[in-house]
Amino acid sequence: MKANKLLHSEYIVPALFLLLAYIAWQFSGFTGSFVGNQVLTRFIRDGILVLSLIIPVVAGLGLNFAITVGAMAMQTSLLLVINYQAEGIRGILLVIVIGVLLSVLLGFAIGHALNRVKGKEMITTIIIGFLGNSIYQLIFLVGFGTFIPVINQEIILSRGIGVRNTVDLGMYRNTIDKLWLLNLGGLEIPLFMILLVLLFAGFVYYLLHTRLGQEIKAVGLDSGRSALVGINVDALRVKVMIISTVLAALGQLIYLQNIGMFDVYTAHMNTGIISCAALLAGGASIKSARIRHAIIGVFLFHTLFIVSPQAGQNLFNNAALGEYFRSFIAYGTIAFALIINIKNENKQAKQGIS
Amino acid sequence: MPSFSMKLPQIIISTFLILLILLAYLLQMDLLVLFNESLVKLVMNGVLVLSLIPMLNAGAGMNFGLPVGIVGGLIGMCIAVNYRMTGFYGFFMSLFFSLLICIFLGWIYGLILNLVKGREEIAGTFIGFSFIPLMNYFWTLVPFTNRQMLYPIGGQGLRPKINLELYFYNILDHLWLVKIGGIEIPLGLLAFFGLLCLFLYLFFRTKLGRATAAVGENEAFARLSGLNVANIRLLAIILSTIIAGVGICVYTQSYGFIQLYDEPLSMAYPAISAILIGGSTGKRTFIFEAVLGTYLLQTMYLLTVPIANEILVPELTEILRTFITYSIILYALLIRDKRRSSR
Repeated sequence: MKANKLLHSEYIVPALFLLLAYIAWQFSGFTGSFVGNQVLTRFIRDGILVLSLIIPVVAGLGLNFAITVGAMAMQTSLLLVINYQAEGIRGILLVIVIGVLLSVLLGFAIGHALNRVKGKEMITTIIIGFLGNSIYQLIFLVGFGTFIPVINQEIILSRGIGVRNTVDLGMYRNTIDKLWLLNLGGLEIPLFMILLVLLFAGFVYYLLHTRLGQEIKAVGLDSGRSALVGINVDALRVKVMIISTVLAALGQLIYLQNIGMFDVYTAHMNTGIISCAALLAGGASIKSARIRHAIIGVFLFHTLFIVSPQAGQNLFNNAALGEYFRSFIAYGTIAFALIINIKNENKQAKQGIS
Repeated sequence: MPSFSMKLPQIIISTFLILLILLAYLLQMDLLVLFNESLVKLVMNGVLVLSLIPMLNAGAGMNFGLPVGIVGGLIGMCIAVNYRMTGFYGFFMSLFFSLLICIFLGWIYGLILNLVKGREEIAGTFIGFSFIPLMNYFWTLVPFTNRQMLYPIGGQGLRPKINLELYFYNILDHLWLVKIGGIEIPLGLLAFFGLLCLFLYLFFRTKLGRATAAVGENEAFARLSGLNVANIRLLAIILSTIIAGVGICVYTQSYGFIQLYDEPLSMAYPAISAILIGGSTGKRTFIFEAVLGTYLLQTMYLLTVPIANEILVPELTEILRTFITYSIILYALLIRDKRRSSR
């Protein structure tokens, strides 16, 4: 009976998304190859960010909305390196090293914070994300040019304080995007990038099948019992948050270099929400997530995301309606998943008592 | 009234506030004008803060789904403006319409929150988030006819900001305005706020109010003593939603514009941080705590504006505001649960 139910929501949600995406695509009038190309691009941009959510879900921490912090860590590193004008391969390596170090530190801090709020991890990660955004703005809109010396004048607002709204990443653009580009009909397939995302997927899969991964699963299933077996639950949860934050940071780097322009104050804003919604669209829940949920979810969610504004334009003569539909789908998917999951949990808890 | 002692966050905020007042004095700003404004800001935001209390006391946590009630109030005001109801008539009809709508919205919201008992905060956050784009459809498609509220071009869809100049702008702010020297005391506004506080105070004195508090205190015990927990929670949530609707009406008459679309999205956080600053721990909360917290927080916000402008980075105000707001909420989350686990 229970297995039946699980099967249900895991397949019903993606099916619903498939149906919606198909209908919206029909109304949008886009060609298949256009949508295909767009979705592939989104898969490359957002794939790793969505993958970074899986491990916290498996560990029982729920959806990690604080992946925005990882994204901001990488953006911080990027801005610092651009400020000190390191270019080419050396620059990219420097960005990665600083970004990863920073996100290890932040992941460590977030992990410790979440150990104090067991049962309320998700709302805490949301607030941490918002707070991180305030601090990030404080650093780059106010700190740059006052406390932090500016070397690269090109990225600074004309008043001398604060980084510009957009910074060009021309020096990093198309370094790896166009590697091994396949052309099938109208469909352009950047094979290298796809393999890169799949490599990360493989890494997460491998990690979940190591000893560490087994412990993570055990803690996710029953943290009380895992503590009895001798797993240091708190330390493990900190490790989980570090891994998730670092993955998110790397994901954001792939995202930014693919776009080639860097919206300093908005690029990270919706990463948490969009990635979580995509994962859920693939059939994950706040209790269980697999690699296939992430991959299927990115495709389904972004197909719907790409076609709905145009569909709104064609159906109602108003593109804004399509935009609202997009936001509603993103927030609504998460709201729906939360309500269903928590309801089921409460029901099980009640049965457990009686 | 409980014995009241200053806690760490209140000490920090009060110190910061005193520093700001000193700074304002040194920058030769008009402290009297600032004081006058602080009274208006207290009530403008205070009602939204009060709206959190019924849910907190019923044990349903911080109402992160505040946008639900806010939207109810916005619809109420839009109906009043559409039928060109002006002055007090317009304002009180707005309250009446929003009351009806908020009862309905609060009922549905409450039914959903009863399903997710214990984790209302995260669920409420996303119910609020997803309700906003849904309502954007309503604002775009609703067949209102008053040209002053519609987009100038096309004539369909409400404007993101509807001017209340001709309707009930400052209707409470300017009621019984007493001027003593440079001090202006908006007696009407304060009286309205006082009445609401009194209403809440009296509500928690009634049998029903006591039952609500009992459910929040100890749900299992309340159930054993024969209370219908689900219904009482539902009632508290509806009450919270209604007061939130009133709150946005009061806020809007001060502000001067009905703000639609994505505007209510982040309105929950300043209200929540205000009540936390006042001393609420996310459980049983007293009216005094809500009023104190609102006054401290709003006065601080008020003072940061001119000071940030003096330091030449205008964005600093908004960033500092959000920084303070989210720091307070995060601090409260971390501390609250530590207390619980050490118990």
